[in-house]
Amino acid sequence: MDLNTLFPNGIAHYLVGGLLIGLGVSLLYALTGLVGGMSTVYSAVWSFFSKLPFFHQDSLVRSRQWRLVFALGLILGAAIWLRLSGSEPVITQIPWWQLAIGGFIAGFGARFGNGCTSGHGICGMASLNLISVLAVIVFLVVAIITAQLFASLGIGV
Amino acid sequence: MKKLLFWFSVLLSGILFGLGLSVSTMIQPEVVLSFLRFEDFGLLLVLGGATGLTLVVYQLAPRFLDRPLLADQFGTKPMETLKRTLIGAILFGIGWGICGVCPGPAIAGLGAGNWPLLIALLAMLLGAYVQGRWFAGNK
Repeated sequence: MDLNTLFPNGIAHYLVGGLLIGLGVSLLYALTGLVGGMSTVYSAVWSFFSKLPFFHQDSLVRSRQWRLVFALGLILGAAIWLRLSGSEPVITQIPWWQLAIGGFIAGFGARFGNGCTSGHGICGMASLNLISVLAVIVFLVVAIITAQLFASLGIGV
Repeated sequence: MKKLLFWFSVLLSGILFGLGLSVSTMIQPEVVLSFLRFEDFGLLLVLGGATGLTLVVYQLAPRFLDRPLLADQFGTKPMETLKRTLIGAILFGIGWGICGVCPGPAIAGLGAGNWPLLIALLAMLLGAYVQGRWFAGNK
């Protein structure tokens, strides 16, 4: 196997993008001490709308402000890139039901296990946390099986 | 002034994160799914690049700095028990494998005009609510 088989779209943009993500998470940590996983904000925003004690635990209420500013940064960063690259927005062709069902299960699972691709993937592994490393191996394997199963059954995009 | 710098740092870090997700095309679920189907292994370069750099900073910063430049202490990632983490990881893997969207790109994608990701974002919010409402464990 050569590089073109493994990476038919090239490797530079993947590496540069990955390093930019790492730079963001690193800068956040060095300057503010905050750990920049992205899934917690999905629970934290409910503290604005729900009276449920779960959503008012300290860790959510105290972090909701910075998590929302961080999330706003993600939107701004993507908007800046769209502007700078001068390209047209790429609109996903994934059907709405696939986004809805997958999103619901992924959102539930990420919060149940306290981490997603950035929380366990980047921050957890960078902390050399063994449970996070395990979590990453598990969700990668399960996601690969799921996606290949859907593809072989011809379901969705 | 320090307060202002703090919030600016959070925003700037998020902007870099969002730029990275866009440059690496991770805000396109099709690209994520093409990795999961072994058609393009680029996602591993993104995850490896991001984690590699972060690993260095996470390990070195607390050794060379008494505290973060704009705050009182370095935080640690909150963790669930092994059992809950693994169950969560299995479910997250299923959902991610179905739609190709993770929590970060669902947010960033909106800034790049990939508006159908709003469906995934709202679904994730709903999933997070159901988790907190009925499956919070003993919290």
